[in-house]
Amino acid sequence: MNSQIPLEHGMALAAVLLLLGLVGVLVRRDAVFILLSLEIMLNAAGLAFIAAGARWAQADGQVMFLFILAVAAAEVSIGLALVLWLYHWHKTVDIDRARSLRG
Amino acid sequence: MLALIWLIPVLPLAGFLCLVLLGRRLPPAVVAALGPGPVGLSMVASLLVTAAFLHAPPAGLSYSQALWTWFDAGGLAPRLGFYLDGLSALMVVVVTVVAFLIHLYSTRFMAGDPGYARFFAYMNLFVGSMLILVLADNLLFLYLGWEGVGLCSYLLIGFWYKEPKNGRAAIKAFVVTRLGDTSLTLGFFLLFASLGTLQIQELTRRAAEVWVPGSLAATAAAALLLGGAVGKSAQLPLQTWLPDAMAGPTPVSALIHAATMVTAGVYLIARMSGLFLLAPYVQLAIALIGAVTLLIAGASALTQRDVKRVLAYSTMSQVGYMFLALGVGAWWAAIFHLVTHAFFKALLFLSAGVVIQALDEEHDIFKMGGLRKSLPVAFWTFLVGAASLSALPFVTAGFYSKDLILSLVGSSARGGTWLWMAGVLGAFLTALYAFRVVFVVFFGEQTRAVKERSTMAVKIPLLILALFAVGAGLFALPQTPGGAASLAALTQAVLPGVPPGTGLGPIAAETVTSLVPLLGILVAALFYLARPSSAAAMLRHRPFSALHGFWFSGWGFDLAYRTLFVDPFVRLARLNRADVIDFFYRGIARAAELGNRALVPTQSGNVRWYVMGIALGGAVLIAVVLFL
Amino acid sequence: MVTLPFYIASAVAIAATFMVITRLNAVHALLYLVVSLLAVALIFLLLGAPFAAALEVVIYAGAIMVLFVFVVMMLSMGPHGASEKWEKPGISAWIGPGILFAVLLAELLYVFGRTPYVPVHVAEVTPRQVGARLLGPYLLGVELVSMLLLVGLTGAFHLAYHLGKRETQKGAGGSR
Repeated sequence: MNSQIPLEHGMALAAVLLLLGLVGVLVRRDAVFILLSLEIMLNAAGLAFIAAGARWAQADGQVMFLFILAVAAAEVSIGLALVLWLYHWHKTVDIDRARSLRG
Repeated sequence: MLALIWLIPVLPLAGFLCLVLLGRRLPPAVVAALGPGPVGLSMVASLLVTAAFLHAPPAGLSYSQALWTWFDAGGLAPRLGFYLDGLSALMVVVVTVVAFLIHLYSTRFMAGDPGYARFFAYMNLFVGSMLILVLADNLLFLYLGWEGVGLCSYLLIGFWYKEPKNGRAAIKAFVVTRLGDTSLTLGFFLLFASLGTLQIQELTRRAAEVWVPGSLAATAAAALLLGGAVGKSAQLPLQTWLPDAMAGPTPVSALIHAATMVTAGVYLIARMSGLFLLAPYVQLAIALIGAVTLLIAGASALTQRDVKRVLAYSTMSQVGYMFLALGVGAWWAAIFHLVTHAFFKALLFLSAGVVIQALDEEHDIFKMGGLRKSLPVAFWTFLVGAASLSALPFVTAGFYSKDLILSLVGSSARGGTWLWMAGVLGAFLTALYAFRVVFVVFFGEQTRAVKERSTMAVKIPLLILALFAVGAGLFALPQTPGGAASLAALTQAVLPGVPPGTGLGPIAAETVTSLVPLLGILVAALFYLARPSSAAAMLRHRPFSALHGFWFSGWGFDLAYRTLFVDPFVRLARLNRADVIDFFYRGIARAAELGNRALVPTQSGNVRWYVMGIALGGAVLIAVVLFL
Repeated sequence: MVTLPFYIASAVAIAATFMVITRLNAVHALLYLVVSLLAVALIFLLLGAPFAAALEVVIYAGAIMVLFVFVVMMLSMGPHGASEKWEKPGISAWIGPGILFAVLLAELLYVFGRTPYVPVHVAEVTPRQVGARLLGPYLLGVELVSMLLLVGLTGAFHLAYHLGKRETQKGAGGSR
């Protein structure tokens, strides 16, 4: 397929998705939703890389995307384990409950 | 033998070190030996050195010995150097002899005091410092001794420190002399900046070459040095500390505040005579200060009840005579009077001390009386001292020195009739107040029982000093029995001569000078011996009691200084109790505290809040990078 | 010709993502996210990155999302139920993030809009090329990623194991 899609549009899409993910992190209180929103953000970052790689038809963009994917996977697994621990300690996954670092 | 000169100040300083380090652990008997011991040895050394000096005077009539260079910075390289000439030899002998006798007396007088060792430590330090002052060959080394005696004065006035008023008196003495010391230091700065050296002999030589007599620089330097002398010697306007300094033990008053420290100012002026010759206005000021002080102090001495305060004002007055002599150019007369005064004033203080201790620390003369028979040694020695003080004609040393001063004041080119008359009036007052004390204390009815305490240690110094008080006039003879030049001659050789002038004829002057003390004794006898109640009766009249009160308070100087200087300063200090300058530093602490309090809520522990922070920061950073 | 599907898929992705962040039911949100991921995979394809598209579907939508589903199912058991009870903050909670969204979007679009781009005909990047790149210059990266995955594996196992131990202890103690 030819790529006649302007790079800016691809980046703009990535930006919108990223920011939507950010809003999700800020607004939701459920820990699982927060992790979900983080996934959205990571995905958006990957999209940015693919678009940039497609612009110059180089494989590096996809390589980066692969790395990001691996990072997301590792992070999700540990993150969800921690969410389970959070539930175990506080009997809720309300992230606002976990504020023992309050100074 | 002359090379032993360094031992003279070093021995008492070594004694000080021993006593300060070990004194508390030594038994009193050892301390009684270790206290006067070094001073005695120093006296022996000074006598030997002086004898050698007289026997074979070195070329130039002076001998220098330098130990080492103190420091070398910015062109100033003072050394710890000693300079022996007639003047310093005379001073050294007088200081060591009187100091040794007083130390001997103190072994008995201060016996039983818990600070026995401390007392002798301080006294030794004092003697060492005074000897440094007298022997120093440069102004900075002299200043070391000057400060040392000031320190010891403070330590010894406040010796019985548990009593707060003693501490206050000590602080007052220190602060007032500090003013003088500051003036002195400024004088040193001026001298070094203008002439490039502080070695005394070199300085005087250069000053005579570089400065015109009467020039501003010479006058300023001389005036600043005078400021220092005035403070140390308790003359106007820095005289207020001396009466209160009587809070110290009697031997202290005898040594420091009669015989030696207060004469340091006189010595300084005599030593720097070359400089003062270049500043005739300052010399006039010296004479006036001396004249006014001697009258004020004499009047105040007349009204005091505490015997030591009488003697303190008397010292002030006699030092005024010395200043008067220096001012009119009678240099040797001033020094001669210094010598005789050292002996009879120390004698007076020590015998007064015997009386005070015998009456169980009673100082008020009107509570004493009729002690002539119960304390004979004290009576006779006090009488001799008072006679010498009053310059009783021919039989006392004081007569010869005071007579010399008065005749030179009258006849020298710098002197004059007014100054002479002031001196004569002062002599009258002196005899009056001295014999007032004699008659009140030793004659009349004995009202209190006496606790006899004097032993040989006390009596011997008293007798020796009495001998000197009578015979010190022989000092002035130009030749020793051996044909060699006497100390007096050698001293006169290094001091400037008296400018000759017209004035009162010598016969008339001598007659007046001889008769005035007798007149004073007569009046005193009238008021205090024949009709003892007449003085009290006179005081019942308003003008007399007002005058009496005024003179009693030292002519109101304490009140004046308190209102002019102390009170405003205290008020300012109280105003600044919150310490305005500190606001700045406390403000910094407060700002940090406020910042903390403001920022603590941001650490809420809330994850979403932190993410918001990161996002916000990111937005701001991007904006900064994009637009700035 | 390729551009139209691109914009449609973009719209779908944006809409689906918006739904993800606004749903109260966790499972609904997950499913919307899967939709979004599929749309993004299509975009990858249109951009000439088939390998990435395959990875997106297989790993992201297929593994990670499934993991999420498992955890959500686990947490749904228990008294707290779904988060509907306390996840209703109202409009006021959206204002701040909304402003931040607008500001950052403006900034990013400004950055992207600064250099005008002329679209070029570019060929697609094959998996073969990606593989050559991966095992060539980016070999170190591959090794590091594998170590990262190992770390993630170990960490997750460790956390879950101890959690399991604690749960059983609690259960045993509670049953007494």
